Amino acid sequence: MAASTERKPGKPPAKAAPSASLSQSEMRQAFRAMLLIRRFEERAGQLYGMGLIGGFCHLYIGQEAVVTGVQLALEDGDQVITSYRDHGHMLACGMQPRGVMAELTGRRDGYSRGKGGSMHMFSREKNFFGGHGIVGAQVSLGTGIGFANHYRGNNRVCVTYFGEGASNQGQVYESFNLAALMKLPVVYVIENNRYGMGTSVDRASASRNLAQNGAPWGIPGDQVDGMDVAAVLAAARRAVAHCRAGNGPYLLEMLTYRYRGHSMSDPAKYRTRDEVAKMRAEHDPIDHLRAAMLEAGLTEADIKPIEDEVKQIVQDAAEFAQSSPEPDPAELWTDVLAPEPAGG
Amino acid sequence: MATTDILMPALSPTMTEGKLAKWLKQVGDAVAPGDVIAEIETDKATMEVEAVDEGKLAEILVPEGTENVAVNAPIARLAANGAATAAPQPPTPQPAAPQPVAPPPHANGTLRPAAPPPAPLAAPDPAWGATRAITVRVALRDAMAAEMERDPTVFLIGEEVAQYQGAYKISEGLLDRFGPKRVIDTPITEHGFTGLAIGAAMAGLRPILEFMTFNFAMQAIDQIINSAAKTRYMSGGQMACPIVFRGPNGAAARVGAQHSQDYASWYAHIPGLKVVAPWSAADAFGLLRAAIRDPNPVIFLENEILYGHSFDCPTDPDFILPIGRAKIERPGTHVTLVGYGITVGTAMQAADLLAAQGIEAEVLNLRTLRPLDLPTLLDSVKKTSRVVVVEEGWPVCGIGAEIIAAVTEGCWDWLDAPPARVHGADVPLPYAANLEKLALPQAAHVVAAVKGLF
Repeated sequence: MAASTERKPGKPPAKAAPSASLSQSEMRQAFRAMLLIRRFEERAGQLYGMGLIGGFCHLYIGQEAVVTGVQLALEDGDQVITSYRDHGHMLACGMQPRGVMAELTGRRDGYSRGKGGSMHMFSREKNFFGGHGIVGAQVSLGTGIGFANHYRGNNRVCVTYFGEGASNQGQVYESFNLAALMKLPVVYVIENNRYGMGTSVDRASASRNLAQNGAPWGIPGDQVDGMDVAAVLAAARRAVAHCRAGNGPYLLEMLTYRYRGHSMSDPAKYRTRDEVAKMRAEHDPIDHLRAAMLEAGLTEADIKPIEDEVKQIVQDAAEFAQSSPEPDPAELWTDVLAPEPAGG
Repeated sequence: MATTDILMPALSPTMTEGKLAKWLKQVGDAVAPGDVIAEIETDKATMEVEAVDEGKLAEILVPEGTENVAVNAPIARLAANGAATAAPQPPTPQPAAPQPVAPPPHANGTLRPAAPPPAPLAAPDPAWGATRAITVRVALRDAMAAEMERDPTVFLIGEEVAQYQGAYKISEGLLDRFGPKRVIDTPITEHGFTGLAIGAAMAGLRPILEFMTFNFAMQAIDQIINSAAKTRYMSGGQMACPIVFRGPNGAAARVGAQHSQDYASWYAHIPGLKVVAPWSAADAFGLLRAAIRDPNPVIFLENEILYGHSFDCPTDPDFILPIGRAKIERPGTHVTLVGYGITVGTAMQAADLLAAQGIEAEVLNLRTLRPLDLPTLLDSVKKTSRVVVVEEGWPVCGIGAEIIAAVTEGCWDWLDAPPARVHGADVPLPYAANLEKLALPQAAHVVAAVKGLF
């Protein structure tokens, strides 16, 4: 892969496939998945504003194509782990919007029974390993999940997401070294949304091309237009196939953008309103796919039912998350330790 | 026409009111989800408010420039387009004002679970039959081997554990016996391989992670505490992390301040961890087996000086000890000496010296630092009415401080003298032989502390 100094999202790199390369069925699936994340996050933002969600709440709006495209390349049993900006990943993994929203509101029907919150949710059933609040920690953990796959010889791949901000943490490179040394099946996905909280990537990283950050360990890396779900899917298929074939880790740098602040309380003074407006107007992943669907012969009559269904799901999740009771006070003391094994 | 109230949003975890600085949409404007409709000034910043529903702005209820608008007050009204968008429910009344909270269950005024410590694996120290003298080193190795034979998901990972046979030869022979898949050398990369092992445990394996010493675990302590200890709780019980972190802890012999720290109190502070500190070979064998089988993260604090010491250890292949139970190593009636790890030996020496002076000391080997075996501790102090804690660690917020707090809470009326501590000097450990000796607890210090109680 040629090194590039280009890191602006929305610019299709050489390997990007046009959205038209998706089948109509894939288009519908991707559209529904991205729209669900968008509408879910908008509603979460509203519930936060109403005081129903507390603490930190990091929205994924703008980055929907990344998890949606990657997820389409995975098989049942593959694992996913990410940072605290995790709502989109959970929905993409097939976790229930009701359970995610109820965790955001801190209720007993939430995925962590109200004890984790926005940043700490998990689903063993869907192989979603969290939801981690310490920047970069999930990179070592995801490497360990890949280690477990390798140990068991189960042919599963662990997708480990982190931001371009986390890519400056030391343990990321310790993990790259270990994964390359042991040939672990880990797809590292850097979601480069250009700002680690308020610090732009140009002020944070001397590396001009994060996709090449695994190069010293021989980890192949591609820079991908993370606003184009088809390009994401094509790159993810390449990376997953590489890992599944036993060739060790693979690195994808997704050039993407978050529309909202770092968290709900971020006034976003570090970038101009024009910059955000331009991204939304010219590179929105959902608008982009919608246009591609219409070009590919789908019609508004195909799209409208998806929009209505998503609206209904999100509305239902929001109502559920408000009606679910708070956790029982006795929950304060549960789940600190696992019970000891019987017998011994 | 269906309308929806747009409410004054909270834009930070602490905001209760703000100024409606500017309307960016006017009455009659069409609004789509994601459109910025207004700007709000909080005490910290100016923030944008985006629409969630689509429709037409029907009415502005709070004009721009209004100060002190309460969170959740209606600020505008939105008329739905055509097929009515599902109107958001008015917020269910939330506990906006702090409500009186039922006091959590607690014991002795501390915020501890009311539940007793989990049931032990077996009755403490049953008669395990025949014994033989082995070193702590061999006991640790044999415990790992026994559990690796028993469970194929158990593996050993760390620096120099495989080809080098262990920096302190604890894993001698294990590579030959179990192969490189299960006895794994790592680069010098504590943060990375600790996170890796914790991830593997979350994915269902049972790693034994050897730190060459616990001093190096500080590079990885974020993963131990934030990932290993907290994830079960944060996941509502869904996730598990069955892992053992083991290696030498505390002072060795003249290796200086950076290689000599006792981390017992650091880890014992953390809910979600179990912390074990063996003294004898039987402790090492029986407790390491229990730690490997335990479904929780266990910190296993060994001691380099003890590795070469021999103790009688049961030969029964099923021998195992319960985590969470202390052991009376020597019964006595006049004073309780409490130690863990190497200071159990210091207390035993002191007990011999005291016996020669007519004072019968009871020596309590804590074995587990979290959860503490409070019943055994309190029963002993109720019997002797005096207690001296012996620890290598620093005094401030140390294990001794915790033991004394428990004793004063739990058997104040039985005490005939103030509880006392013998501990490491409150300085980074010096290198010079004489200074190092001055900094670490000696039997003579314990004898002096005990005599001060009478």
